[in-house]
Amino acid sequence: MKHLLFILTLFLSLNINSAEGAACGEYLADANSELGECEEYQADHSDKASLQRGAKIYFNYCYGCHSLKYSRYNRMAKDLEIPENLFEEYLLFGDQKMGDLIQISMEAEDSKEWFGVSPPDLTLEASLRGEEWIYTYLISFYEDQSRPFGVNNKVYENVGMPHVLSQMQGIQQSVCKEVPLIAANGGLRQDPLSGEVVTGKKCGFLEVSERGEVSQEQFNASMRDLTNFLSYVSDPIKEEREYLGKYVILYLIIFSVLSFLLYREFKKDIH
Amino acid sequence: MFTRVIGWIDERFPLTDTFERHLSKYPAPIGQNFWYLAGVLLVVVLVIQLISGIWLLMNYVPTAEGAFASIQYIMRDVDYGWIIRYMHTTGASMFFLLIYLHMFRGLLYGSYQKPRELLWVIGWFTYIILVAEGFTGYVLPWGQMSFWAAQVILSLVGSIPLIGEDLLTWIRGDYLISGITLSRLFAFHVVLLPLALIALVFVHIIALHEVGSNNPEGIDIKKHTDDDGVPLDSVPFFPYDVMKDIFAIGVFLIIFCFVIFFFPDGGGYLIEYINYEEANNLKTPDHIVPAWYYTPYYAMLRAITFPLGPLTAKFLGFAVMVGAMVIIAIVPWLDKSPVKSIRYKGIYSKLALFVLVISFLVLGYLGMVAPNPLRTILAQIFTATYFLYFILMPIYTKYETCKEVPERIKV
Repeated sequence: MKHLLFILTLFLSLNINSAEGAACGEYLADANSELGECEEYQADHSDKASLQRGAKIYFNYCYGCHSLKYSRYNRMAKDLEIPENLFEEYLLFGDQKMGDLIQISMEAEDSKEWFGVSPPDLTLEASLRGEEWIYTYLISFYEDQSRPFGVNNKVYENVGMPHVLSQMQGIQQSVCKEVPLIAANGGLRQDPLSGEVVTGKKCGFLEVSERGEVSQEQFNASMRDLTNFLSYVSDPIKEEREYLGKYVILYLIIFSVLSFLLYREFKKDIH
Repeated sequence: MFTRVIGWIDERFPLTDTFERHLSKYPAPIGQNFWYLAGVLLVVVLVIQLISGIWLLMNYVPTAEGAFASIQYIMRDVDYGWIIRYMHTTGASMFFLLIYLHMFRGLLYGSYQKPRELLWVIGWFTYIILVAEGFTGYVLPWGQMSFWAAQVILSLVGSIPLIGEDLLTWIRGDYLISGITLSRLFAFHVVLLPLALIALVFVHIIALHEVGSNNPEGIDIKKHTDDDGVPLDSVPFFPYDVMKDIFAIGVFLIIFCFVIFFFPDGGGYLIEYINYEEANNLKTPDHIVPAWYYTPYYAMLRAITFPLGPLTAKFLGFAVMVGAMVIIAIVPWLDKSPVKSIRYKGIYSKLALFVLVISFLVLGYLGMVAPNPLRTILAQIFTATYFLYFILMPIYTKYETCKEVPERIKV
């Protein structure tokens, strides 16, 4: 047992999650955050209203290019608590059936020519990239005239995707700001004579230069809904799984306690 | 009625005899501890893998075009397909975790020493088949990591001098990893290797029951028997060991189900995130990492960075990796100690085993992360210490002072 504990401690002391490079590329949230640190976000699949709003944005803005080809309309309607007739009326396009997989009509060959790369299927994107990455990616498009579509992305440098949501968000610029410098001891660097905080120029912040249909807060909230929706699509069973899991574990704990008591009774025989 | 049926069978087949010999009356040594649970749990995991595997097989499509989508079909459209798949993915990792604990137990208490050499070797073969089973299974989801890990591991064969390239093409069945490779790995994964695994586990248990189980004291319990020849320091397998095992299985299932229901991708270690993207032979991932249970060997492979005469670094790395597995098989002949258990061995053995464990864990870590010069040097050092545990074993086990082993097991 001593050995076991020792090995466990050893395992824990190894920092196996040590990040290799920043997760969110060149993204810079504010003066205090590190370059490439993603925005915090945690999906909540029980928030059906948020998922429904996310689905609405998805089908209005993303669905033209991005399929969800491993999931089906009727499953989504059921999970998101959208009545089938409403779903059919507002979210089902063309001659698709409720039992179909969520495919797009754009040919991969065409889109590759148009964008340089075919827009990926997004069914598993949230599992592949992580929710925080997706949220940060969605909010960090900025104007860059050197790119074919006039926009670039802080998280995914030189991405082929245009800023589809610019109508909502407006246009962002990558700007420089005067920010307080950090001293060697981790606090703010101060001028030794005057005691004033020393500032320096730091670049790469995002700032809305032209407001879109909604405010920045509203836009970010919408992107959280969209991220929540993508998170749901990548792992639609999560809620049911965790609900079921509690009962399974509870049963197993009772089973183990009873079997332990039985084992202890039998153990009394051994001298 | 029941007795008559049993009697009828017993006249034609040794049913009662087999049952008593291998289950109900098998003498289990007293004083077996935590480390002795891995064996029974391995059998449980084997059964979980076989059953969940059969159900996965009902909907899995072993083609390059259909494999990835069929996994998602299982996860989304098949009723409770997600539980079956998560059982299988979690089971794979548990299999390796438990087999490493089981092997460590063997080293800890000298369970490979006379007369258990053959038992150890059969177990070693089981482990090697499991490594192959894990590798072939890992390719089947046809995600990016499936593809590229297969690419890296199979390409090692190509490093064998003279025949390498031809052999590699023959194994792949193509000039690169393709649907042809997938379907042959599939055939191995679902037919050949499981059959071998079941056969080996069966033989392993038969061999164990012939020589009897070891115990943490390393005491030979057969020296002191009662008038019927039953060892005094033993209890019948049923009910004593069965009760302990049922309790252990319960605790194990709590951990197992906790992972399945709340943590199914294990933070990227049980199902790697990059495997959520379909295999693409035109897009190489930033760094290719095999599943965690192979990373110690992978680190050894990468640790060899220098060629030696006509042999390339890659081939040497491959040879070291294979050597690291093969050397485990000959441990029974390397250990010259008069005692079995670490409890009675000298300080050198204790130190050596400690170094082995550290080496294996550090190599496992180094195999997971991207290499850099410092990490490569560390990998080289720990590869050396890993091998030294085995190579120096005949010396340090012979020239150390051991404690005297008692005659009987105290509880």
